[in-house]
Amino acid sequence: MDNKEVTFEQAMAELEEIVKKLEKGELTLDESISFFRRGVELTKYCSKKLDEAERSITMLIEGENGVTEKELPELEQGR
Amino acid sequence: MNMMSAMNVLTVSQLNKYIKDLISKDVVLSGLWVKGEISNFKNHYSGHFYFTLKDEKSLLKCVMFRSNASLLPFMPENGMKVIIRGYISVFERDGQYQLYAEEMQPDGIGALYIAFEKLKKKLEAEGLFDASRKRRLPFLPGAIGVVTSSTGAVIRDIINVLSRRFYNVNLKLYPVQVQGEQAAGQIAAAVRRFNELDNVDVIIVARGGGSLEELWPFNEEIVARSIYESRIPVISAVGHETDFTIADFVADVRAPTPSAAAELVMPERAVVENRLDGLRLRLRNAVMKKTSMERLLLKRIEGSVAFRQPLNKIYQDRMLLDVQKKYMQKALSALNTEYRNRLSLLAATLDTLSPLKSLARGYSITKSKKDGSLIKSIHAVSVGDRLEISLTDGRLGCTVDSIEGDNNG
Repeated sequence: MDNKEVTFEQAMAELEEIVKKLEKGELTLDESISFFRRGVELTKYCSKKLDEAERSITMLIEGENGVTEKELPELEQGR
Repeated sequence: MNMMSAMNVLTVSQLNKYIKDLISKDVVLSGLWVKGEISNFKNHYSGHFYFTLKDEKSLLKCVMFRSNASLLPFMPENGMKVIIRGYISVFERDGQYQLYAEEMQPDGIGALYIAFEKLKKKLEAEGLFDASRKRRLPFLPGAIGVVTSSTGAVIRDIINVLSRRFYNVNLKLYPVQVQGEQAAGQIAAAVRRFNELDNVDVIIVARGGGSLEELWPFNEEIVARSIYESRIPVISAVGHETDFTIADFVADVRAPTPSAAAELVMPERAVVENRLDGLRLRLRNAVMKKTSMERLLLKRIEGSVAFRQPLNKIYQDRMLLDVQKKYMQKALSALNTEYRNRLSLLAATLDTLSPLKSLARGYSITKSKKDGSLIKSIHAVSVGDRLEISLTDGRLGCTVDSIEGDNNG
């Protein structure tokens, strides 16, 4: 599975589709199992996506060597 | 002075005519700009506008003929501050000089308003506002670009709301001035820069509330174009809920306020997690239901006769086979007898037809010894030919001594 091209939203949509298919119960056992495998992959992928982003709040500054990012001072009430 | 010295006394008409001529020769008065506030505005049924232009101290009578009035992109009204291009001339009948207006522009806020309407119409005609080209926002943007001032409440509000919804947010601020001369250029450049850097999934162009003049940069064409050309979806969030800017019309999504933009751009993490958990559960349940159903089916199959007495079927089939085999053998021997009967019948028939039978009755068959051909006529032989005559019990070798034809032969 190549998830590089899949956005979180696409993954969720595919997962939803798979769940609906499985719930209909019209698949063969082999099909059900391979869809289930894909579904598990997708949930893992989505969970990872939710967690992988690190909080980062920066300001872009144009300089001679292009753009640099400077951290913006945190806001206490933002926590 | 010729006229006056010659006649000394003038009629009113003559004087007015004279003054009119004098005025019309003046370079300044024949083409000028004048500004003031409109009062006594009359939109005459002929299509001409009659009004007075005034400032704190003075009044000026004005007329704008239909040919020019009909071209105005707005309807003048009392109290409106305007700048008028025209010329001064004298209306001889009333002895009144007045401004003949050829062009009129709103002054101040009015001018901005007109410019807004004009640009809106133009860009709309070009298709910059088309709903069909509005892009959907990413559901969970990896990084969010914000174009606004680095100081002030707007960026703080956005960060606060985003952090509340999704703590591990990735936000990149591109600081710009959001009012004044530089603002429009900076905002447009920032949107383009994000597109060049391609380091965000969505851009918020934001500014807090303000007067029409303060919000003006977001009504500039350069900003509209930068948003239109952006490959990255753009959310506009300018001023308060009631403020509409050109940027709002071009943007993929208009947020009523900067905080609202932050809510639009990022889902609440808890909501997303709930949805994901729900799907995970349903996925497991569905597949477990499927496997338990299959297991049940398997049990039923295992419990069936075929599984309990697997040879049963074979025995049955073998019995059937034996019966069939017997039938076949019977049929075969019947066929055999029938053929045998038919054969002896045919042999008998054949026997009666055989030439040998004729020989037995005393007929003979004569053949040429030379080539074995059957002799059916005296013309086929000559005297001295050797012949072979077959009789019922043997053959005779003969030589033709004489040939006599029958009379009727």
